[in-house]
Amino acid sequence: MIITRPREWERITDGLNSIDAGSVFIMGCGQCATVANTGGEKEVIEMKAALEQAGYVVSGWAVGEVTCHLGGTKLESRKHHGEIDDADAVLVLACGAGVQTVADSVSKPVFPGLESLFLGNVMRHGVFEERCQMCGDCVLDLTAGICPVTTCPKGLLNGPCGGMWNGMCEVLQDRECTHVRIQRRLKEQGRNNTAMLPPKDFSTKLKPGNVNLRKKRGGDRP
Amino acid sequence: MSRFREALERGEFVVTGEVAPPLGTDLTSMRKAVETVGPHCHALNVTDNQGATLHLSSLAASRVVMDMGYEPIFQQTCRDRNRLALQSDLLAAWTLGLQNLLAVTGDDPRSGDHPHAKGVFDLDSTQLAAIATAMNGGHDMLGRELDGATDFLVGAAMFPEAEPWEIQLIRAQRKAEAGVRFFQTQAIFDMGKLERAVEALRPMGVKIIAGVLLLRSPRAIDFINRKLAGLMVPDHIADRIRRADDPAEEAIALATEQVRDIREIADGVHIMPLGMDGAVGRILGNKSS
Repeated sequence: MIITRPREWERITDGLNSIDAGSVFIMGCGQCATVANTGGEKEVIEMKAALEQAGYVVSGWAVGEVTCHLGGTKLESRKHHGEIDDADAVLVLACGAGVQTVADSVSKPVFPGLESLFLGNVMRHGVFEERCQMCGDCVLDLTAGICPVTTCPKGLLNGPCGGMWNGMCEVLQDRECTHVRIQRRLKEQGRNNTAMLPPKDFSTKLKPGNVNLRKKRGGDRP
Repeated sequence: MSRFREALERGEFVVTGEVAPPLGTDLTSMRKAVETVGPHCHALNVTDNQGATLHLSSLAASRVVMDMGYEPIFQQTCRDRNRLALQSDLLAAWTLGLQNLLAVTGDDPRSGDHPHAKGVFDLDSTQLAAIATAMNGGHDMLGRELDGATDFLVGAAMFPEAEPWEIQLIRAQRKAEAGVRFFQTQAIFDMGKLERAVEALRPMGVKIIAGVLLLRSPRAIDFINRKLAGLMVPDHIADRIRRADDPAEEAIALATEQVRDIREIADGVHIMPLGMDGAVGRILGNKSS
């Protein structure tokens, strides 16, 4: 899931004040931002109270089921069209994908209420770790299911680097070196990995990503 | 052929030193260091934004060292350049007359003076060594023919004291397979571990140049333990310097003993004087200095 954190309050109000917005509609997200405790119903209601405390009028709020889904968000916006019409701005408590989807669905200026951080594994409730960077050129088959691109701070394919000490990472000193973990797990599984991993194909990560499964309707996959 | 390479291939015990390019354009202090350390060494490593802090480029500074009549080892880290820039700089280095290369990963930007920089790490040091080797064979990393090849002596870093050794060894073997012909090691404090590394890697046809660090003061030791990646000064050695009446003299005595031991084990010694450039001759037992 996409991990987010609340945006600094001053940056939110600076944004709203930059267009002299007195009235705000709030849109949350029922997926990742709900699990991350940043944009679910609870946080949207808290944001409403905070905005009202600061002197803004909240014309209404909604929590989109999947706010990054264009069709669903357009539908959700139509359901609340009166409240959105009454607002000077829409504040979105979702990831950057959600913010842009809302911006494509309403005619009002849209502001982000969260910062988008990473694709996270949910280790347990409220504890998230980045394990995959969605690089499009997976090496997990060669690295015992541990991604060096993401979990090594330098993203080295062939490690460890010279900073490893007693099996620990140089940069994140409370963590075991990714390459030590990879080699140990490979050995435990009786796998041999002594060959150099070749340089990665970074063209798979060129922006912006685009996949279209509707081949018959003229789309193509990258 | 480079004198350094010739000496290594002849089986001579080699000495390498280290100079840091300036933060700025005034080369006076670097030249002074070269003139002090250079006469004792077969070659001088020229660092590449060492410690992830900004300095004049190793490429230009290596050429300065060469023009002064000494032999540089051009250091290239993977931190600041992508594969296009790295390959382009390798070609540049060869045309500038630089014949010795040390391919290293590079410290993380977060540990340096530009902590907000993007760490590139498009390639790692093993891959970089493999590409330099390919260029020696007349090809770029894609296998396309070069209009004029290189003939670098390719080196890399090695860490005989960083455990787990088994993983260090796999890493070093991968580098040797990538065409690395010499290793310069992190500072050695445990000669048994150096022996272990030499025994494991010599059969692969690589030379081991063991690092010696001049532990000039208790403060320097604290700095090393806190700031230098992949290195801890063992307590019994740190205590020896800390308790000495004259820590700098004791550091010279210690380094002299280490060089003597290394002569029996490895193919060369890499001196890191940490500012005590004037002591390098004494450490090596050169009477002239």
